[in-house]
Amino acid sequence: MAEAEGKVIASHSRSAPGAAYARRRWRDRIASVGMAGTAAAFLALFVGISLALLAKSWPLLATKSLLHLLTSSTWRPLANQFGFRPFILGTFWVTGVALILSIPVSVLSAVYLAEYAGRRVRSVAKPLLDLLAGIPPVVYGLWGVLAVVPFVASVGNRTGHSTTGYSILAGGIVLAIMVFPIIISVAEEVLRSVPQEAREASLALGATKWQTVKHVVFRSVAPGIGAAIALGFSRAFGETMAVLMVVGNVPKLPTSIFDPGYPLPALIANNYGEMMSIPLYDSALMLAAFILLAVVLAFNIFTALVLRRIQRRLA
Amino acid sequence: MDRRRMEEAFFRVLMVASAAIVAGSVAGVLLIVLVRGLPALNLAMITQSPKGGYYLGKEGGVLNAILGSLCLAAGATVAALALSLPIVFYLQKEYGGRSRLASLTRLALDVLWGIPSIVYGACGFIVMMYLGLRASLLGGIMALTLVELPIMARAMDEVVRLVPAHLKEASFSLGATRIETTLRVVWRQALPGIMTAVLLAFGRGIGDAASVLFTAGYTDRLPSSLFEPVASLPLAVFFQLGTPFPAVQQRAYASGAILLALVLGVSVISRLLARRFERYVIR
Amino acid sequence: MPHISIRNLSVTYDGAHQALRNVSVDIPDGQITAVIGPSGCGKSTLLRACNRMLDLNDGVTVQGEALIDGVNILDASVDVTQLRKKLGLLSQKPFPLPMSIYDNVAYGPRIHGVKDRRRLDETVERCLRMSSLYQEVKDRLHRPASKLSVGQQQRLCLARALAVEPEVLLGDEPTSALDPQSAQQVEKRLVELKGDYTIVLVTHILRQAKRVADYVIFLYLGELVEHGPAADVFASPKDAKTQAYFSGEVS
Repeated sequence: MAEAEGKVIASHSRSAPGAAYARRRWRDRIASVGMAGTAAAFLALFVGISLALLAKSWPLLATKSLLHLLTSSTWRPLANQFGFRPFILGTFWVTGVALILSIPVSVLSAVYLAEYAGRRVRSVAKPLLDLLAGIPPVVYGLWGVLAVVPFVASVGNRTGHSTTGYSILAGGIVLAIMVFPIIISVAEEVLRSVPQEAREASLALGATKWQTVKHVVFRSVAPGIGAAIALGFSRAFGETMAVLMVVGNVPKLPTSIFDPGYPLPALIANNYGEMMSIPLYDSALMLAAFILLAVVLAFNIFTALVLRRIQRRLA
Repeated sequence: MDRRRMEEAFFRVLMVASAAIVAGSVAGVLLIVLVRGLPALNLAMITQSPKGGYYLGKEGGVLNAILGSLCLAAGATVAALALSLPIVFYLQKEYGGRSRLASLTRLALDVLWGIPSIVYGACGFIVMMYLGLRASLLGGIMALTLVELPIMARAMDEVVRLVPAHLKEASFSLGATRIETTLRVVWRQALPGIMTAVLLAFGRGIGDAASVLFTAGYTDRLPSSLFEPVASLPLAVFFQLGTPFPAVQQRAYASGAILLALVLGVSVISRLLARRFERYVIR
Repeated sequence: MPHISIRNLSVTYDGAHQALRNVSVDIPDGQITAVIGPSGCGKSTLLRACNRMLDLNDGVTVQGEALIDGVNILDASVDVTQLRKKLGLLSQKPFPLPMSIYDNVAYGPRIHGVKDRRRLDETVERCLRMSSLYQEVKDRLHRPASKLSVGQQQRLCLARALAVEPEVLLGDEPTSALDPQSAQQVEKRLVELKGDYTIVLVTHILRQAKRVADYVIFLYLGELVEHGPAADVFASPKDAKTQAYFSGEVS
C-alpha cells in the first residue's frame, strides 16, 4: 500500500512542473503568433486601403484617361466632365504658399533651438510645440475665419486685389502655422544628432558659431532637413478642415494668391453628400482621395527612408 | 572679419524672430479663439442638445456634439489600443524585432502616420458601403480608429523601445517567458509612456473632422446606438459657423472654445497621469 | 614668436571637481613641450584653456591668466576666433569634417576670408606636404575625407590645423588612437615642424615624451609638480611624485 502510494507521488511530482512549463511556453508561442498576425494584418490593411480607393476610382478611370482627368479644367459633374486641374493647382498653390511662409521660420527656429537656445528656452519649447501640434484643425480654421480672413481682405483690398479674404493666401497662412511643429521638431532632432566633435573641430580652427552651423552642422544633415520639409509638405497637402474654412472653395484656376482656391481635400469634403446621386461622381471623389494618398505616400516613404539612413550613419 | 560678426548677428536676430513668430502664433490662436468664444459660452451650451430651430437662433446647446465626440474618440481609442499593443510588443527585439515583417511594419507606421484623415474617411466610407452600414457611430469609430492607430502605435513604440535591455534580461534570467516578461515587466516600465500615447491619440480623435465627415453623419440627438448617426464637436463648429445668423456663429466660437478646452484638458490629464505612474519606472 | 605664459591658472568643473590648481609655468618658444602625468591630472584641461575651448563646456570656472604675447587670452574681450587661428589643435580622435579632403584643409582659410582659388590650392598642397599626406591623396583631393584611414585622417587634421598658419600647435594625445606606424609618422612630422612652431604635446606615453620633448611639464592631480628641460627632468627628477611616475608606480 505504502509502496503504491510512493509510486503515485513520485510520478505526480515529475510530471507537474513539466505540464505547467509546457503551458507557459504554449501561451508564449500563441502570443507571439498572435502579435505577428496583427502586424501582418496591419500591413495588409495598408495595402488594402490603397487598393480599395483604386478600385472605387476605376469606373471613372476606365472611361477617361488619367492624363485627361488631371489636365482638364472643366468640372461639371452633371455633364460628366471631371477635370481635376483646378483642384490640383489649388492644392499646390495653397501648399506652396504655406511652405514659403513656413520653411524659413521653421528651419531658423529649429537651428536656434538646437544650437543657440539655453536649457530654459528649450524646456519651454517642447510643450509649446506639442500644444501647437495638438490643436484641432477645425480650431485653426475658426481662428483663420476670425483673424486671417479679415487680415487678408484688408491687405488685398489695400493693394488693389479685390478679395473677400477667403483666399489661397489665407489658406496658406493657416497651413503654415499648422506645419511649424512638424518641421521644427524633425529638423531640431536631426540637427542635435550631429556629434559634438564636428562642431569642436570647426570652432578650434577659429570659425564663429554661425560659420560652424552653416558649413558643418547643416551640411552634415542637409538631407534630414529636406526630409523635415517634405513631411511638412505632405501634412499641408492633405489638410482638409482648416483650409476648407478659409480658402473660398471656388473651382476656378487661381491667378493670384488673393483669389479663392479649391484644394483636393476640400473637394472631397464639400461634395461627399452629392456623391451618390450623380453617376461617376463617387468615382471622381475616390480618385481625388487616391491622388492624395499616392502623393502623400510617396513623400512619406521617401522621408522615412532618408531619416533612417541618417540615423544609421550617425549612430 | 567684421563681416563674419555681422552675418552672425544678422542671423541671430532672424532666428530669435522666427522663434518669436512661432511662439506668437500659439498664443494668437489660443487667445483669439478663447476671447471670442468664452463670452458666448453659457451653461446651456454644455448641458443641452439643440432644440428645434437651434440653427436659426433658438435655444439649445452642443451636448450632442460633446458626447458624440467623446463616444467616437473613446471607441476609436479602445480599438486602436487593442491593435497597437500586440503590434508594438511584437516589434520588440525578443519577438520579431529584426525580421522583415517588423521593419516593414515600422515603415508602414511612419508612413501611415502622415496620411490625411480624409483619405481614411473615404476608405471608411467604402467599407461601410460594402457592409451595408449607414453613416453611424460605428462607421465613425472605424474611420477614426484608422486615424488614431498610427499615432498611438508610433508613440508607444518609441517608449517600449526605451525599456532597458538589462531589465528584460533580469526577467529572462529568472526563467520567465517572453510574454510574461512583456506583460509584467515591460508593461509596467513603459506604462507612463503608453498612457501618454493613448491620451495623445484620444485628443486627436476628439479633434478630427475629416474622417468622421462622411462616416459618422450628424444629428441633433444625443448618441444612442452604434448604428445611428452621431454628432461631433468639430462638425458642430463647422456647421454653426456656416449659418448666416450671427447669434449661431457666436455659438460656433463657443463650441470651438469648448473643443479647445477639451483637448487641452486631455493633454494636461495625460501629463499628470504620466507623472503619477513614474514611480514604478526604473531609470 | 608667442611667449606663452600661464599664471595661477585654476579650473573647476561644476563647482566641485578642481581640474587645475594654481598652475604657473612658461612654455618655451620653438620647442616641443610635453605635458605628462597620470590620467585625470588636468593635462587636457590645460591645453583647452589655452585656446579657449573650455568655453564650450558648461559649468566651468576659470581663474588666473594665460598670457600669449603678453595678452591675457582668458579675458572676455579677447577675439576667440583669432586666438584659435593662432593656436592650432590636434585632437585625440581625428575628426575629419564632412567634406572632401581639399575642402577639409581649405576650410580654415576659407572661414577666415580667403577666397582666391589659386591661393587655396597652394595652401592645401603645402599643408598636405607638411603633414606628408600629399603623395597619398593628390589624385583624390575631391573625394570625401571620411574614406581615409585613421592614420591618414590624423595627418589630414594636422594639415587642416596648419592651413590657418598658426604659431602654436596644441596636441591632445594625437597619436593614442593611431596604429604604431601612423603614430610614428605623426610624431616625425611634429618633430620636423618644431623650429617654426611652438608645440605643446599632451601625452600619457612616457616613451613618446622621451623621444620628442625638449621641455617637460609634469602635472599630478591638477598641480604643477615639476618642469624643466627634458634632459634634466628625465635624467634626474627632483620630486618624489615625478620619480614615482617615471618608475611606473603611478599611472
